[in-house]
Amino acid sequence: MALQGTCREVGDVAVVDFSGKITLGEGSAILRKMIRELVEQGHRKILLDLADVDYIDSSGIGEMVAAYTTVRSAQGELKLVHLTRRVHDILQITRLYTVFDVQGDEASAMRSFRGTV
Amino acid sequence: MISKTQRLEVTLQTLLESVDLAENIVVGVAEAAGFAGEDVHKIGMAVREGVVNAYNYGNQQDQTKKISIAVEFDPDKMVIRILDEGPGFELNEVPDCLAEENLMRTSGRGLFLMRAFMDDFKVRRNPAGGAELVMVKNLPAVGSRNGSSQPK
Repeated sequence: MALQGTCREVGDVAVVDFSGKITLGEGSAILRKMIRELVEQGHRKILLDLADVDYIDSSGIGEMVAAYTTVRSAQGELKLVHLTRRVHDILQITRLYTVFDVQGDEASAMRSFRGTV
Repeated sequence: MISKTQRLEVTLQTLLESVDLAENIVVGVAEAAGFAGEDVHKIGMAVREGVVNAYNYGNQQDQTKKISIAVEFDPDKMVIRILDEGPGFELNEVPDCLAEENLMRTSGRGLFLMRAFMDDFKVRRNPAGGAELVMVKNLPAVGSRNGSSQPK
């Protein structure tokens, strides 16, 4: 299934619920577009919920890294939550699991953003 | 049941849609050979990464060039070859994607993932030109194969 993302706001955090595959082509392009739009709209706290993403290739990983850099360059924070086992394993073996701030659940993720009480 | 002497050859155009097509074809062959579950997923991903490599780096997205895929079976393993029409490359010249200075690069992980997902992986310079990726997955033990490979 091609990647789909729906955005919702929880306080000052933009939560993007993704479903589908993050792969070369349409999937990674959608991720790129959504992150850029969120940053352009002024969002500086972005949480990607990947519960329904069970497939990511190296291009998708590259796009995730680009998203992280884009948000950090805007002095923002990008976090991940609800990784499937496959996505978790790929981030682990590529040493990116420690780069991304991976949270266990949405509530913990919300508390972890800077300035959140 | 896949005969152990079978060889499948596919020639694809250098198009983005060839990536999904190649993956789906080889996944089907892998399932017919008795692979299941995560092994099928890993084989599919390795093929995907190999064809993306051929599409982007080997053939430079040149639609006049072709990507050749061959799948064959030894008695105990599945061998997948992906050949492009590019200049070829040396595996030891590819930057280490796990090195600290390369972690935040947005590309360069495909070869690493192929090595991680398959039991053996090599890169050859094809004598007629191009890079040939050769990846091997050991066939599962007979008792643990999926039902499709069992004799009827």
